[in-house]
Amino acid sequence: MSLDLPGFADPVTGAQSCFRAVLEAMSRPGLVLEAGAGLTPPAPLDPATGAVLLTLIDADTALHIDPAGEAARDWIVFHTTPRDAAQAEADFTLALSLPKLASLPAGTDDEPQLGATVILQVAGFGTGALFELAGPGLATPRRLRIAGLPDDFAAQWAANHGLFPRGVDLILCAGTQLAALPRSLRISHVMEG
Amino acid sequence: MAYVAVKGGERAIDNAHRWMADERRGDQAVPEISTAQIAEQLGRSVDRVMAEGSLYDPGLAALAVKQAQGDLIEAAFLLRAYRTTLPRFAATSPVETATMTIARRISAVFKDMPGGQILGPTTDYTHRLLDFALEAGFTPQAAEQAEPDLAAMPRIHDILGHEGLIEADQPSDAEPFDITRQPLAFPASRDARLQSLARGDEGFLLAMGYSTQRGWGGSHPFVGEIRVGEVAVEIEPPELGFAIDIGDLPVTECQMVNQFAGSRTQPPQFTRGYGLVFGHGERKAMAMALVDRALRASELGEEATAPAQNQEFVIYHCDNIEATGFVEHLKLPHYVDFQSELETIRRMRADAEREMAHESQEAAQ
Amino acid sequence: MNGYNFAYLDEQTKRMIRRSLLKAVAIPGHQIPFGSREMPLPYGWGTGGIQVTAAVLGADDTLKVIDQGADDTTNAVSIRRFFARTAGVATTTHTAEATIIQTRHRIPEEPLREDQIIVYQVPQPEPLSKLEPSRAETKRMHGLSEYGLMHVKLYEDITRYGHVSISYDYPVMVNGRYLMAPSPIPAFDNPKMDMMPALQLFGAGREKRLYAVPPYTKVASLDFDDHPFRTTRAPQVCGLCGSGVSYLDEVVTDDKGGRLFVCSDTDYCETRRAEGHAGTELAA
Repeated sequence: MSLDLPGFADPVTGAQSCFRAVLEAMSRPGLVLEAGAGLTPPAPLDPATGAVLLTLIDADTALHIDPAGEAARDWIVFHTTPRDAAQAEADFTLALSLPKLASLPAGTDDEPQLGATVILQVAGFGTGALFELAGPGLATPRRLRIAGLPDDFAAQWAANHGLFPRGVDLILCAGTQLAALPRSLRISHVMEG
Repeated sequence: MAYVAVKGGERAIDNAHRWMADERRGDQAVPEISTAQIAEQLGRSVDRVMAEGSLYDPGLAALAVKQAQGDLIEAAFLLRAYRTTLPRFAATSPVETATMTIARRISAVFKDMPGGQILGPTTDYTHRLLDFALEAGFTPQAAEQAEPDLAAMPRIHDILGHEGLIEADQPSDAEPFDITRQPLAFPASRDARLQSLARGDEGFLLAMGYSTQRGWGGSHPFVGEIRVGEVAVEIEPPELGFAIDIGDLPVTECQMVNQFAGSRTQPPQFTRGYGLVFGHGERKAMAMALVDRALRASELGEEATAPAQNQEFVIYHCDNIEATGFVEHLKLPHYVDFQSELETIRRMRADAEREMAHESQEAAQ
Repeated sequence: MNGYNFAYLDEQTKRMIRRSLLKAVAIPGHQIPFGSREMPLPYGWGTGGIQVTAAVLGADDTLKVIDQGADDTTNAVSIRRFFARTAGVATTTHTAEATIIQTRHRIPEEPLREDQIIVYQVPQPEPLSKLEPSRAETKRMHGLSEYGLMHVKLYEDITRYGHVSISYDYPVMVNGRYLMAPSPIPAFDNPKMDMMPALQLFGAGREKRLYAVPPYTKVASLDFDDHPFRTTRAPQVCGLCGSGVSYLDEVVTDDKGGRLFVCSDTDYCETRRAEGHAGTELAA
């Protein structure tokens, strides 16, 4: 039973250090950072994915859990007590494969911050398709390999970025690593993985 | 003489705090005031601090009054800063003022009504003459009190509602807005506005309410009812499934009755402004009710032209903790910005002088 | 401190602020409304900056707090003590040693690095507030990126005075999209915000807004082609360290017009003096 699995050994420092990693990742898109080392969330969650959930989700957030993550639901609910929400209404979506970005809340022109955050568990960084990222946070374009994104990711992202300042933001997690792709980012697909 | 930058901010702050504590205590030959004395004998101050501090706790409010040397805004601030650290165990059910224990209840619109007019403890008809007997200290005589009428006292809209003469309550099970957790956006819902007004500054609301009486958004008010007393507070824990009484809360409630011209879809009827504050605070409850009604202008299809009808103006400026912080922050150092202004003004003056010299030169030629 | 959580705020409040900060970074320059809490310091004295710092700060951070560029001004001292007391973090007055710098009214002279975060205390986050008092209106203007009002104001200044009369809190465009209040820093500091390697976070407690500028983001002070933005500083050199490029405070030395100019950034000035630079006052 996944309820037996603990959250952060020290909730205060665990959340703070994970948050700083996410903040740094969101500020410097494509930079891969360590998070969640030592955390033992239930399958199918990786440590970084579990850590991001514990850090950002609570009773004030509406979370949609991808059916593929159902096995971890009890653990997530026990530790973070989110409001359950359909994907089209959720502040956060936990996903194990990329949801259609266009189907998520993108916020409004007046309140673009209501656009969703997707916590997306991917196969890994450093392998897979190569992307070039440019935009705020990057002095020069950065290249990043991400394994586990669909083939049409760059096209979906272009549509998402085209909504700016509306749009959705991605936090990518794999193992004990994470990276973030804020909506402000331009992404081009350089080559297949 | 070489210039030495001012140092020792930390020591200065410590000393300032010690000095202030000494000044607060005053002449030590005079007995120190206790918080129990404040709570018992300066009840109106304590009530005001609890209302504006948004926390019902007479003991802590008395401590805040003592700590703030009787500065009630500072005391409310102390209480608010404490309140914000408290965990939230539960939300209460809506309080039912129709069944509250009444100490005072008056209506200006009916000569009599079920339950009657109850004068209760009031200064209304005292002659404002300094009572020198108090200076020496005196023991009051017990007042005659009627047996409390345990029959429910209907509220003004219960009385007028039968004929549809007054707008009905709009019951709602929706989770109320929480101004202490959520940022306000405008137009704000009435629950958010009432919360803001309930903790708003008494003086500000008084002036705003007064302005509506003098024609700045007038809405012809009558005091439908003021009631002062204790209302039961209940919570309904989900694991129990029924409500339990957790105590009584002294409150003052004011229902202000106002005219409404009616609209294409609605015949003319009376509308209401509502005020509710902790403790005994009739001035605040009445002012709140006037302002609440004024802020409903847009919703009732009235033209909102006066300051008291402007939601942003009233709600953003009624909080005395916010207001006093921002007004008083002007005494913090601003010399960097002032320096940039100095340089800008010097440059503007130099430009202007050059211009004038140029013009007079041309005139001379 | 006994009875209070690390860095004062409870964890739920920190999470709320953290979620808002992430959105702020993702939408550079956009003001995010947040559930600002009532702090044990007065509104207007840095409650927004304190909440942001408290949500970001960790036990291994080194904090620097400045007000008017100085570490020893009373409000800076008070805020530094607040965090030393509630979070037990290391504090410093040296810009180079700090991982988080909370500031009121200045950006340090020493360029900030990628491994630093600067947190600005913001009294009025709405750059259009002096031109349009209604927040419902200004929100709409930001939504439409409709900033004509501000351009007209600057243009009127130029027509009347020959140049823009704003000398601090000079409005900027962030990433070409949002008009943003840089907080009341002197316009002299505005260019430091452009493409800054450090993350810049802004907290306005009383107004319940926070916003951010990610590292390496375009921050342009509003201007016109024929009236480009320019900074001003007192033309003197620092009397203590001799710097001719730093922002200077003007200290009144007598009632006969006597003036002394010294660096507003006390750490910059002290570091220069330690390196052997000396101004006329120190030499005397």
